[in-house]
Amino acid sequence: MVTLSPLPAQDPPGTDKTGPAISVKGLVTRLGDRVIHDHLDLEIRRGEVMGVVGGSGSGKSILLHTIIGLRRPAAGTIKILGHDTAHVSRKVGIWLRMRGGVLFQDGALFSSLTVSDNIQVPLREHTNLTPRLTREIAAVKLALVGLPLDTGAKYPSELSGGMRKRAGLARALALDPDILFLDEPTAGLDPISADGFDHLLRDLQSSLGLTVFMVTHDIDTLRMTTDRVSVLLEGRMITGTIDELRQDGHPWIQDYFNGARSRAALAI
Amino acid sequence: MPDDLASSLHAGWLRCTQQGRRLELRCGGDWILAHATPLDRQLARLKPRDIDSVRILLDDLDRLDTAGAWLILRSARVLEQAGLKVELADVPERYAPLLDKIHVDCPAFAGFGKRKPVEVATHGYMAFAERVGRGFCHAMSQGARLLSFFGVVCQETATVIVHPSRLRLATFVTQIEQTGLNALPVLGLLTFLIGVVLAFQGASQLTHFGAEILTVNLVSIAVLRELGGMIAAISVAGRSGSAFTAEIGSMKVNQELDAMRAIGLNVIEVLVLPRVLGLMITLPLLTIFANAMGLLGGALMCDFALGIPIPQFLEQLRGVMGGWQPWLGVIKAPVFAFLISMVGCFEGLRVENNATSVGRLTTQSVVESIFLIIVADAIFSVIFSMMDI
Repeated sequence: MVTLSPLPAQDPPGTDKTGPAISVKGLVTRLGDRVIHDHLDLEIRRGEVMGVVGGSGSGKSILLHTIIGLRRPAAGTIKILGHDTAHVSRKVGIWLRMRGGVLFQDGALFSSLTVSDNIQVPLREHTNLTPRLTREIAAVKLALVGLPLDTGAKYPSELSGGMRKRAGLARALALDPDILFLDEPTAGLDPISADGFDHLLRDLQSSLGLTVFMVTHDIDTLRMTTDRVSVLLEGRMITGTIDELRQDGHPWIQDYFNGARSRAALAI
Repeated sequence: MPDDLASSLHAGWLRCTQQGRRLELRCGGDWILAHATPLDRQLARLKPRDIDSVRILLDDLDRLDTAGAWLILRSARVLEQAGLKVELADVPERYAPLLDKIHVDCPAFAGFGKRKPVEVATHGYMAFAERVGRGFCHAMSQGARLLSFFGVVCQETATVIVHPSRLRLATFVTQIEQTGLNALPVLGLLTFLIGVVLAFQGASQLTHFGAEILTVNLVSIAVLRELGGMIAAISVAGRSGSAFTAEIGSMKVNQELDAMRAIGLNVIEVLVLPRVLGLMITLPLLTIFANAMGLLGGALMCDFALGIPIPQFLEQLRGVMGGWQPWLGVIKAPVFAFLISMVGCFEGLRVENNATSVGRLTTQSVVESIFLIIVADAIFSVIFSMMDI
């Protein structure tokens, strides 16, 4: 049985199945004259949830955009699943994009399509499934992120902020990616919705075996979901578990993890 | 090992064996999205006969993702609904959580993502009548809304006339620059070429009668009465009317209009009035410029092609330009400007919260304003002929 699916059934040669999911070495990015990342190193292991924190304007979102290939770095290498993103063929480049799902800050759903069509976009583009199976898989994803099925017929403008994020997550999961990129997934949600999202994320991560790269400000989300946390400071990364980071002497990290808000969140 | 053979070893497979009244389905290999189509087809061919129970064995699975899990669970559900006893056996521990997470509700999935269709007749006289009726109601309600918008704008204009300090001077001047000054090159070229073409075509007909000199009358009357003003208005509708809709529409999508209202700004006063008043000042000026360029084109063409030198052209022109003649185009311009800017802003304010509506309403705004320009022009013709000018 030979499949003619446009979705490559096989991982392209050179795929690293056991090593780190993402490894960034010596990354330099600039915005005009300003250096955002100054020889930044970062490694995300398979199957871990990595949280990235940092002050406003420290370049967290730019880092995410650079890793998913929306932005070219000035220097340094980014390897995803063992492939150097700067030197891959077009085919492998598309394969890499399919192996990663991205949830943008406000969901970034296509406003002219229903939620169901939004989830089906990547499936229609990259697979040759029958329309029926495509629709069913989209419904499975919607149920997976905890939205009622009648949401599928709605347009993004008819949803609340929290529902848009979940719908965006369903679209990010459409192709069963290995890596999930999340940009501030709980920002702007009420504490109950944010809690719900944390549980959902942890749950999906363990049942689907995802590697998660998450930019966030939310100390509760960090505590609930992440295995390790990276702090973006002055263009570089300091990585460790929350407990390790709390011992770090850097004043910003001290303020962040041992400030009043964080102590309250971490004390529980 | 050849490549396709290697992939076929990994591809998901399904083996059926029947033992008495029990069917054993053995799933193995990669049950992933990339193999979902052939697996789906194979499962669809499954027509159980003479059996009363099914065992689905999963211990040969190499990989399983949500698509594969869905296929397995959906088949199990379908077989159960056919009255069989279905059992999942030898589930590898690492896939148990995934299989638990997949929610199976086949009947609900069948109608997934479909909106309830509006009931309409699709053929015959009824369909035609329904279309006409819908179209009429739509046109009427659109007209009523435009009229009420017209009322609001008039009211705000009156306020600004009483309190001139309420006019946003900076926006007003910017609008004049963008809709007027920046339109000059395109408009100038267009009307210049129209003058050239008109002179050339007119002359080639009029020489048959030995009346080349009347080419001057043709060009000047056509340009001054109709073409200059129309070309200016239509090009402004395309350039600026569409820009009004797109600008105001994107602001609306971005919730900027809500923010303005919340801050206590009057949207009509801040966004609509400077555009309407600005365009009512620029379009007459653009029309004068367009007229001049059209006459220039005609004059040069007469000089080169017909041997009517410029002084003679001007002499003949003076004979034509009696009374109201030179101003008939310019008089119409403020009305055209008002129509263009009103429709542009009105459609912009109607934009809904999605990207397509910006495009749709921008198109609609240009089409509507050009339509209204031509209707208004026809009305003007009737009025002018009644006044004998």
